[in-house]
Amino acid sequence: MALTLASIPINEGFLASKPYNEMHLTDGASRPHYLRYAQWLADQPPERLAQKRAEADALFHRVGITFAVYGQEEGAERLIPFDIVPRVLPLEEWIRLEGGLKQRVRALNAFIHDIYHDQQILKAGVIPAEQVLCNSQYRPEMQGVDVPGGIYAHIAGIDIIRDDAGEFRVLEDNLRVPSGVSYMLENRKMMMRLFPELFSEHRVAPVDHYPDVLLDNLRSVAPTGVADPTVVLLTAGAHNSAYFEHAFLAQQMGIELVEGQDLFVRDEAVFMRTTQGPQRVDVIYRRIDDDFLDPLVFRPDSMLGVPGLLTAYRAGRITIANAIGTGVADDKSIYPYVPEMIKFYLGQSPIIGNVHTWILRRPADKDYVLAHLPDLVVKEVHGAGGYGMLIGPAATKAEIAAFRKQIIATPERYIAQPTLALSTCPTFSDHSLAPRHIDLRPFVLSGRDVTIVPGGLTRVALREGSLVVNSSQGGGTKDTWVLES
Amino acid sequence: MLSRTADHLYWMSRYIERAESLARLVDAHYRMSLLPHSGETLAQSLRSTMTALHMEDAYKERHETIEPRAVFEFVSLDRDYGGSIFSCLRSARENARAVRGSLTSELWETLNSTWLDARALATRRTKQPDIGEFVEWVKERSHLTRGVTIGTMMRDEAFHFTRIGTFLERADSTARILTAHQRDLVPGADAGYVPDPSEWSVLLRALSAFEVYRRVYRDVITPIKVAQLLILRDDMPRSLLRCCKEVYSNLKSVSNDQSAETERRAGEMHAMLHFARMEEITAQGLPRFLEQFLARVRDLGDRVASDFLLPPAEA
Repeated sequence: MALTLASIPINEGFLASKPYNEMHLTDGASRPHYLRYAQWLADQPPERLAQKRAEADALFHRVGITFAVYGQEEGAERLIPFDIVPRVLPLEEWIRLEGGLKQRVRALNAFIHDIYHDQQILKAGVIPAEQVLCNSQYRPEMQGVDVPGGIYAHIAGIDIIRDDAGEFRVLEDNLRVPSGVSYMLENRKMMMRLFPELFSEHRVAPVDHYPDVLLDNLRSVAPTGVADPTVVLLTAGAHNSAYFEHAFLAQQMGIELVEGQDLFVRDEAVFMRTTQGPQRVDVIYRRIDDDFLDPLVFRPDSMLGVPGLLTAYRAGRITIANAIGTGVADDKSIYPYVPEMIKFYLGQSPIIGNVHTWILRRPADKDYVLAHLPDLVVKEVHGAGGYGMLIGPAATKAEIAAFRKQIIATPERYIAQPTLALSTCPTFSDHSLAPRHIDLRPFVLSGRDVTIVPGGLTRVALREGSLVVNSSQGGGTKDTWVLES
Repeated sequence: MLSRTADHLYWMSRYIERAESLARLVDAHYRMSLLPHSGETLAQSLRSTMTALHMEDAYKERHETIEPRAVFEFVSLDRDYGGSIFSCLRSARENARAVRGSLTSELWETLNSTWLDARALATRRTKQPDIGEFVEWVKERSHLTRGVTIGTMMRDEAFHFTRIGTFLERADSTARILTAHQRDLVPGADAGYVPDPSEWSVLLRALSAFEVYRRVYRDVITPIKVAQLLILRDDMPRSLLRCCKEVYSNLKSVSNDQSAETERRAGEMHAMLHFARMEEITAQGLPRFLEQFLARVRDLGDRVASDFLLPPAEA
């Protein structure tokens, strides 16, 4: 599963401050919203918990909640480890988060619309024009194209961390094809199956209506004039690492799970090949990247897309969710400007802040960063997955010197952030509980309205001291509870 | 429904049915191998069965002589041979996985755990795997799969394509088993060959027809009645007539605007068997009859594919 988190692959030994513990106060007592759970946990015999953990593993395998591992033997499918200790959020914290997420995604959608129309934010000088227009994720094909409701990022996965002061901050916006929501739903199902008693003792806000909300959201952005829109989910196929999620969501919404070969374009309209002949399609919830969508416009070698799709799209005959070209708004080089977008488009101040970010094209920021390189993380703005990254506290003097040279030569290619102390939550490691670092990915749906199912996917770094919650690097997941009272 | 989805459902059920048919054949021969003095008859039966199933070449690449134990393991568990029971279970699961959203979760979990168990069994494989137990298990899993299909699936197109796959495969399989035993069913056709009655019981047991035979005929086993039961009995679930009837009725339920000729051919096959008499079939020669029948089953499979499963781009 492509749960890529741009967190910093370092050990907490490098952290200057102590991380925030989600469950315990500094004196070891439980935080109020964890009191009842902690009591229950203390009452459980260790054998019962061990047996429940084994049961969860067996069930995940049988149901086939797995992600495919590339380049391995047939049938190489792995489980994402599931931890039975939930991450609990009190209602008041959630309400604040929810407000901040909605605000942020509204601003991001306004930004994408603006960029592909009048570009007022560039004219106003809030963001340097070349940052946007020279970005490889900017799609000139989208210039002047109107999409239903002006919505581009219909499904957004916003990665949230909690810093050492207990403040929530946005680490990254995922506006292309964010994944992981199926784990949010399956984790809840698993918890209710393993520990039903916990749910009668706690008022946990339900999440299982997510597929209904998603379908309603997708139908609400159908091309104008379509009374009863047909929605399909476009997947790259059974060998894609997130295939389970694609199949799961299509089934839960009761829509067809299609591959590129199942669709074709005729007279600027999209059809799917069925046993009863061609059937018109109105909305495509696509789970493949822009580059693969239409071999006539983007990558000509793509076998996953639909030739002619962009023509139908530009003609307004089909809705693609998320829209083409949203990547321009979730790029690392644009991220530092999101708080300013919120002010520019909504006239509000951001409810949830960013992680403090130095933009090295600014001389003052550059000077500060050059003076503090051993304490900071420096990222190349177009780099992904840890390439082109300097982790100050873990780097050698020679590496720092080499990076210093590159920064001085091309400062506009870099941003810098402090090393982050992600908050921790007690997690099973072998047979005992130990604090492990976590983050949170809520899923924000935009259509007629902006909606969020309470909670999201909590990812946990299972290795002691690790700050990497990525599933490909030993990350696991937890059920996430928002308590209603 | 999507043509590709129908295609996967159709092949999913064909592979499960094929796994069951092979398990039945292995089971019958395995039991025979436990009887004293079965040597030559058993080898002869294995040879003709492998010929009818086109398995001989792949087997000969691995072994020089027909050795019952080796045949059983080859047909059951050979991971590299695409026609083995093991490979059929894998293919059934791969097809199911491609359309897991169109299956009930019970059906998907049944096929998935069948495959996971088969794989676990094949990897911790001992020197002498218990073949009897394995084929018994395969039959149970196939029964379970069919039961879950019938018990949980909507009676919509997905169901009908699943059933078409099952019955086309079964028709093919029964016809091939009959082909393997045609010398025993037409006495005198092969000069100098004396049929061995124990082969008839292998044949009947492989098709769950042994007890049925006794109940229907209350008589000693005679070749003409065996053929009658397996070809023309409408109430015999694995007979050619029964399979054709099911294929025809499921085809009618998914009819589209290019499938008329396919339906006509399926209907013609059903009518031909429905009104046929055994004497006519033996008069034209059983081998020739079976050969023609297999060709028609193949033709129907091709036509189903082109009408429903893989329509041309602008169809």
